[in-house]
Amino acid sequence: MSRPRSQAEYLARLVPPSVAGLNRRSLLAGAAGAGALLGTGLLAGCGSDSDSGGADAKTVSLGSNQSDPKPKDVIAKVMDGFKTSTGVQANINTVDHNTFQENINNYLQGKPDDVFMWFAGYRMRFFAAKGLAGDLSDVWGKLSGYSDAFKKASTGDDGKQYFVPASYYPWAVFYRKSVWQQRGYQVPKTLDELNNLGAQMKKDGLNPIAFADKDGWPAMGTFDILNLRINGYQFHVDLMAGKEAWTSDKVKKVFDTWAGLLPIHQPDSLGRTWQEAAQSLQQKKSGMYLLGLFVAQQFNNDEQDDLDFFTFPEVDSTIGAKALDAPIDGYMMARKPKSETAAKKLLEYVGSKDAANITVKNDPSTLVANTGADTSGYTALQKKAAELVGSATEIAQFLDRDTRPDFASTVMIPALQQFIKDPKDISGLLTSIENQKKSIFTS
Amino acid sequence: MSDLPLIQADRAVPPPAATTTTRGRGRRLRLLSRTDRVVITLMVLVPLLLVVGLVWLPAAATVLLSGTDWDGIGPLGEIDWVGLKNYDDVVNIYPPFVPAVQNNLLWLAALFVVATPFGMFLAVLLDKELRGSRFYQTALYLPVVLSLALIGFVWQLIYSRDQGLLNALLGSQTDWYGDPNVNIWAVLFAAGWRHVGYIMLLYLAGLKGVDPSLREAAAVDGSSEASTFFRVVFPVMRPINIIVLVVTVIESLRAFDLVWVINKGRNGLELLSALVTQNVVGEASRIGFGSALATIMLVVSLVFITLYLFTVMREDRR
Repeated sequence: MSRPRSQAEYLARLVPPSVAGLNRRSLLAGAAGAGALLGTGLLAGCGSDSDSGGADAKTVSLGSNQSDPKPKDVIAKVMDGFKTSTGVQANINTVDHNTFQENINNYLQGKPDDVFMWFAGYRMRFFAAKGLAGDLSDVWGKLSGYSDAFKKASTGDDGKQYFVPASYYPWAVFYRKSVWQQRGYQVPKTLDELNNLGAQMKKDGLNPIAFADKDGWPAMGTFDILNLRINGYQFHVDLMAGKEAWTSDKVKKVFDTWAGLLPIHQPDSLGRTWQEAAQSLQQKKSGMYLLGLFVAQQFNNDEQDDLDFFTFPEVDSTIGAKALDAPIDGYMMARKPKSETAAKKLLEYVGSKDAANITVKNDPSTLVANTGADTSGYTALQKKAAELVGSATEIAQFLDRDTRPDFASTVMIPALQQFIKDPKDISGLLTSIENQKKSIFTS
Repeated sequence: MSDLPLIQADRAVPPPAATTTTRGRGRRLRLLSRTDRVVITLMVLVPLLLVVGLVWLPAAATVLLSGTDWDGIGPLGEIDWVGLKNYDDVVNIYPPFVPAVQNNLLWLAALFVVATPFGMFLAVLLDKELRGSRFYQTALYLPVVLSLALIGFVWQLIYSRDQGLLNALLGSQTDWYGDPNVNIWAVLFAAGWRHVGYIMLLYLAGLKGVDPSLREAAAVDGSSEASTFFRVVFPVMRPINIIVLVVTVIESLRAFDLVWVINKGRNGLELLSALVTQNVVGEASRIGFGSALATIMLVVSLVFITLYLFTVMREDRR
């Protein structure tokens, strides 16, 4: 075949006779134009997608991570209450809970909503220190009904407040009253009693402690409570802050104790979700389950009264059993809200006892942070949970909220799963954690 | 084809450059008008900018970032250079790295040795015009069309230890997703399930394009079914074979979705791509460290890409 002698000739060949009648230049120009258009369209798409929310102080936007139906409904009701009380409309942007958490860095550095939902703990202080959250000290001046523990949990490293607590839930050992009554089980007060109870449950054909760690985070709850019981709150905080060595005997003892308890945990936990483990408790196949109060979501309405809990038993009598994980959820303000007055009005409202009352009325699986709220609507379980947290000497937030997120997700999750897989090589595991911790915390 | 007379006609006519020669006093003839040149420049520039901006710059930035400890927050000016520390950490103190490399290789081997040949085999069967071959085609191709979220959910229903179909049928207690010795095979089966359909369709399209007279000739020469396929059809399908090979390698290198849906690439399901995502995309934001992992993945991919290009170019030169 002959080669075309010029580019024009080459191009002419490419045009099938059926369209040859069409001016080829206009065709080509059109194609190039479409390409350019596509390009700019793509680039523009990366920028802002909505500038709604308004510059006037009549609206304020709220980024919500409460994507489950019930909490989502509660947030909507609280925002209705806000509108009735102040006349300002709150536009809620709900994002799936995990997605929200995973995108938080980009979200806060982009164009976040005026007010967004987040957790107390290291991560809140981290954003405050990075200048990604607004100072709420003046809002706190107008809030009432919060204990010092909550104010402390809302304070950044610089002593200013950056967070308004809304709700919290404790981690405890849950069980079904009917099962325990039928078998005559007693709440264990010490580790030995827990072990004996576990042995008895095994004999009775139950999984003593339901357990699931497919998603990686539930085992953090077990580590937290054992560390709090064995080494106390201060050591836990220092360990989470990277100040203590993971290779120390203290941490080793936590894992040794845990390894001793693993036989009374439900086996094959790494392929199970917490929902499945909770259902084994609900179906009376497991005797107890260490989890947050949200375990109640897996129980039917008529079974809620059958659910009870106790705090994890004492391991060391000099430490006691008064500390626990009770993560606090709440609100923060973006660094540059479109309308600071409206945003602060909203934060003041969500921190008020009116907002807390709406939450109490509508959601039985959470506890409100404001002590001024009318808690007569609490279920028996909620009342007991509130008492438990109220009597706690120290409150931790949960491993992935108390330490650097990169450490929690890329080091601790694989490490805890490795431990569950192979509980024998504890010192090798701890050396690996310590090496990675040094590398991460120095960067 | 109807473009043959077009070319011959062109040869007879002098170059269509009448408009440019009147103006062009230059030494050589301008065959393209100004509009042509503008259009062609645009058509080269726009895709070039897109490729450079969306592929090459990010790739270069990844390599650069892999030498830093950036956490994704704050201005670029605050980034500290840490040299090769991230690579050192990846290889020496990051436990998931070695299993990830092993799993990627295992993935490649499983797709290459089992799934791809099986997909080709199915294509050959379906090419025989069996009754209901449309139905089989659809059934086998369906996994490729389904959304990932759905596929993850479907397999969760089958593999779940306590509530799954498989354990209920077998009466076993196998922890398909949780036991690190088992879960990689469970996932490879699911991945193979998708891959077979993909390869089947590609190969079937190729088989339909094989000239039937070749088979007839082979049959006349007394060749058996098997030797016709291996000696005649298979060599004729060389271009398709290369595409299938490349698709298999690419699929195993970018394997990510299934393990991510299952357990985010942990506990026996580590893959390089999942580790990159865990470190870079999530809340962790270890951009520097994740970039080091991504760079390693890039280098591994480059090995295969180079091999592929080398083969293809040698082919062209022949």
